[in-house]
Amino acid sequence: MAELQFREAIRAAMTEEMERDEDIFLIGEEVAEYDGAYKVSEGMLDQFGPKRVVDTPISENGFVGLGIGAAMNGLRPIVELMTWNFSFVAFDQILNNAAKIRYMSGGQFSFPIVFRGPNGAAGQLAATHNTSVESFYAHIPGLKVVSPSTPNDSKGLLKASIRDNDPVLFLESERMYGLKGEVSDEEDYILPIGKAHIVREGDAVTLVANGKDYYIALEVADRLAEDGHQAEVIDPRTIRPLDFDTIIASIKKTNRCVIIDESNPFASLSSEIAFQIQERAFDYLDAPVRRITAKDVPAPYAKNLMDYYMPQADDAYQACRDVMYL
Amino acid sequence: MAIPVDMPKLSDTMEEGVLVAWLADEGDQVSAGDVIAQVETDKATMDLEVFDDGVLLKKLVEEGDAVDIGALIAVLGDEGEDISPVLEEFGVGGDAANGAADAEEAEATDEAEAPDDAPATAEGAPSGDGAAQQEPVPAGDGAPEEDDGRIKASPLARRMASQNELDIATIDGSGPQGRIIKRDIEEALEAKEAAPVEEAPAEEDAAPAVEEEEQAPAYQRPGDVVSVDDEDLYEAVPLSQMRKTIARRLAESKFTAPHFYLTIDIDMEGTIAFRKQLNHLTEEQERPKVSFNDIITKACAVALRKHPDVNSAYLEKEGEIRYYNQVHVGVAVAIDEGLVTPVIRHADRKGLAQIAEETREMAGRARDRKLQPAEMEGATFTTSNLGMFGIEEFTAIINPPSACILAIGAIRDEPVVKNGEVVPGKRMKVTLSCDHRVVDGAVGSAFLNTLQQHLEEPMNLLL
Amino acid sequence: MASDSQQTSPSATEDVQATEDHEGFTKPQNEDARPDPLDLPDALEFEQTFKVYRGGTVGHEELGLDTDTLLAMYRNMLLQRRFEERSLQMYRKQKISGFLHLYIGQEAVSTGSVHSIDVGEDTIITAYRDHGIGLAMGMDPNVCMAELFGKKDGCSKGKGGSMHFFSKEKRLFGGHGIVGQHIPVGTGIAFAHKYRGDGKVCLTFFGDGAVGQGAMHEAANLAGLYDLPIVFVIENNEYAMGTAVHRAFADPDLCKQAVPYGMPASIVDGMDVFSVTKAMRDHVAMARENQPSFVEVRTYRYQGHSVSDPANYRTKDELEQKKGEDAIIRLKSYLVQHELSTNEALDDIDEEVKQQVLDAIDFAENSPLPDLEAIYEDVYSQKDYPFLA
Repeated sequence: MAELQFREAIRAAMTEEMERDEDIFLIGEEVAEYDGAYKVSEGMLDQFGPKRVVDTPISENGFVGLGIGAAMNGLRPIVELMTWNFSFVAFDQILNNAAKIRYMSGGQFSFPIVFRGPNGAAGQLAATHNTSVESFYAHIPGLKVVSPSTPNDSKGLLKASIRDNDPVLFLESERMYGLKGEVSDEEDYILPIGKAHIVREGDAVTLVANGKDYYIALEVADRLAEDGHQAEVIDPRTIRPLDFDTIIASIKKTNRCVIIDESNPFASLSSEIAFQIQERAFDYLDAPVRRITAKDVPAPYAKNLMDYYMPQADDAYQACRDVMYL
Repeated sequence: MAIPVDMPKLSDTMEEGVLVAWLADEGDQVSAGDVIAQVETDKATMDLEVFDDGVLLKKLVEEGDAVDIGALIAVLGDEGEDISPVLEEFGVGGDAANGAADAEEAEATDEAEAPDDAPATAEGAPSGDGAAQQEPVPAGDGAPEEDDGRIKASPLARRMASQNELDIATIDGSGPQGRIIKRDIEEALEAKEAAPVEEAPAEEDAAPAVEEEEQAPAYQRPGDVVSVDDEDLYEAVPLSQMRKTIARRLAESKFTAPHFYLTIDIDMEGTIAFRKQLNHLTEEQERPKVSFNDIITKACAVALRKHPDVNSAYLEKEGEIRYYNQVHVGVAVAIDEGLVTPVIRHADRKGLAQIAEETREMAGRARDRKLQPAEMEGATFTTSNLGMFGIEEFTAIINPPSACILAIGAIRDEPVVKNGEVVPGKRMKVTLSCDHRVVDGAVGSAFLNTLQQHLEEPMNLLL
Repeated sequence: MASDSQQTSPSATEDVQATEDHEGFTKPQNEDARPDPLDLPDALEFEQTFKVYRGGTVGHEELGLDTDTLLAMYRNMLLQRRFEERSLQMYRKQKISGFLHLYIGQEAVSTGSVHSIDVGEDTIITAYRDHGIGLAMGMDPNVCMAELFGKKDGCSKGKGGSMHFFSKEKRLFGGHGIVGQHIPVGTGIAFAHKYRGDGKVCLTFFGDGAVGQGAMHEAANLAGLYDLPIVFVIENNEYAMGTAVHRAFADPDLCKQAVPYGMPASIVDGMDVFSVTKAMRDHVAMARENQPSFVEVRTYRYQGHSVSDPANYRTKDELEQKKGEDAIIRLKSYLVQHELSTNEALDDIDEEVKQQVLDAIDFAENSPLPDLEAIYEDVYSQKDYPFLA
């Protein structure tokens, strides 16, 4: 184990995999000469050279599509998006090409490709630069969506994503790149895609949260513990396929659930989790499922508005108490 | 402007409430949220809160009065304010204090008190907060505004209620908008379990479970509660699965099988002498002592052979009466969690020593909870013995699907008349509970006569 | 080369040099030779010549096509034509549903292009008007027809339909339905060829309408930037759905789209299979040297945009005039004139092809519908993906 920053753990995963497999390359804006817009790929150009660490112009539709074509023709690209906010100019590439060509070709072509970059809000960047993309992409059959919450998870999950033969969207966070944590230095440290992590066990309420919200969930669980209630905290780790079995099993134990989801609320990740709970655990619910999401508006700029826009620990804590009828 | 305080609807099935205690006096200054009285509904004793600030100008009902929902209970207002507009509005005359208790309501009260199950669940009362949240404010004319007949309950609560055969309509919800939630069901189940309902002694009889009584929560009857803080009324112990099963099976038996009871007084001197002889032998052979109960088990088994009608079961679903070809006697054993009945199979064919050994061994394992379910199934007849507790006689609830159960009392010293003289005697009363759907009085009596004969002349058992 | 094109005037006829090979795809950050952008010239002049491959100017001998190959080309163009004519009939008989975009009239483009590459090694990606290319590459008409019928034996197991023909074996990478969005994918396919150094090239076909899409421009820029082994083939059939080229583009000479991306480009008469073959061979040769380029093939579709389009936006005279230049008739005349075959022999081929298409319809009719369970297959490589119910 070594203590690494989130960005270093991601870099370690990419580096280890690229050392292992010549077909893997990294492409994206500023990944090479600039050492990465968020310094995730720092030093990788020096190690792997310009053939395997490839700078692109600002041309997401172009280089995302290029990655897809390269995957279709046998390579294993890692496509870095400077942020997922910029992925929407390449949305068709991901929606119609990465996700669907395999199906439309009757399984003739596979897409072993990873799209990765920071997701969601990163401060006072206003509406265009603060989109949480989980539900946009998790909606699409043919894709997998992974959302690590800790440096260690990011390493194990990214290595699994790179090795996966299906397109994986890997959601990081600017806010978390500097976060430090113990990270496994096992050579084959793989965390399975599609498996949730029960971070804390408890019986009072189930808290589901990914990415930055994971830390809110832990804070809320601490506060509830001070009140004498043990919350069960589940980090889905993978958004699609979501490990509903683990969540449902937890609901059957706790009878209540609060989801913290940084997305805008309508038709979001939390909507789907709540739907699955009512369908599969209806008779186990002692209270409605609650969620704490971003507000149902574009992200604002002003600091107080932006703070208010984001999911708040206080709200999540109160929601937990509400569903526990406290 | 004087403010009326009227009887709120405090439960979904409530039609009237009995004002059991005033907690404020006329002239007291009260604030919104203050509890000014306690009201007993059909299910629970609830706090009556006010929603306004003011002086309690007038109480219009006495403690113990039953009041319809929406009827005037009290008037708040400013010191010295005229309350007559409010009284007029509610049609209350000058003799307002007695106005509520008219003849019709008195009758209704009697009815409400009649069913003994109502107070039994009364202690599942939600805490003050929950009650306040659900408390609807009736419209001025007393019509229940919010009752659309729908019972709000969480899915979990509904499932728990259904599994435990609780009528959800009889439970008060402590969640938002009166939603019935898990804890309400748990409280209702505790209340049902611990409540001193009429059947309770009979259940206890079936299980000679003195430990159970020691464990039973200190519980106060509804009548005692008047000015006691709710918190101190009971100690909640979650229902064990065994307790739930016992409750369900016994209730099912008692409510579906029409029981009748036959008691007979048996002279036990012969059995006492017989047992003394037997135990000389068992001692020599280093076998366990034969108890009176073992002899009774054997006597029952042999009598059942002669009276196959008693060794039977009424099976409604199958549409048949089953007469068993084998005699399996279940023996009720009290353990910490409740009551189990290990079964002595083919008791009619087994020797007394063997019955003694098996009974002792199974009872031991029952107490260690090591009995297999199969060992407790298949009884064609059951005995329950409270003699060791000095119980003279009692009635037991039939262990379904058997047709009968024998309740065995203590052997007691009794002056008896023998040959025209009063001499000391040993007597034991046994009571046969019969499922009248399959066993009639004469059949049951004939069985008891044979049993009596066998116990008075136990040599019969050896034949 | 690419970076020089703003100052000089490369022509597609020039023997294009392999681009200077730097180690990777991106050029080094601090290249010494890079001129100072602030050191402005007196004037920035620009001039580029585009080669034109006119019809009737190239013969089979120049192309080294033997009789067997010529007859195979003829047979293949006829197969495309007869296949689609029957497809239209099957559509009207409701055997085929959805969109059906016919390629009739454009067969010389597919056949000529295929004869410029190494089928099964080099790669092709195209848009939704894909039947012709698929058949030209040697896809089995049976499985192609079965795909149109939505049957289990279709090339995409009945999951793709008309717009989504794929053949991994022939290296046809689709069949794509969103205009222009497959062009970046084509650059990626070419990127992989270069990355591996396998010497293969990717022909990326698209219609005139796709030239208006940003994706094309991004893809062209990346190809020019990374010197990818790719040929961008604009199949200019004069109409993007119902909008004529001159009504959609400020400059209707679409080959000029190569200019900003530093590439050579040509214009080809798409009604002459030899011209197409010649032009495509020249451009494939560039691509093999990592010089990307554009080819604008001027062609014509006889049918409407799709089967539901009566093509009222053009006159009957226009259509009849174009049919007078029909590539299949042209090849037939050429073969007879050059005594490479006879009318009778060529008509026999036609009869054989017609029967082949009828057989394909039989095959498609008799192929079972896909199993319902198959709906969950081929979405993921992962076999046990937990789909939501």
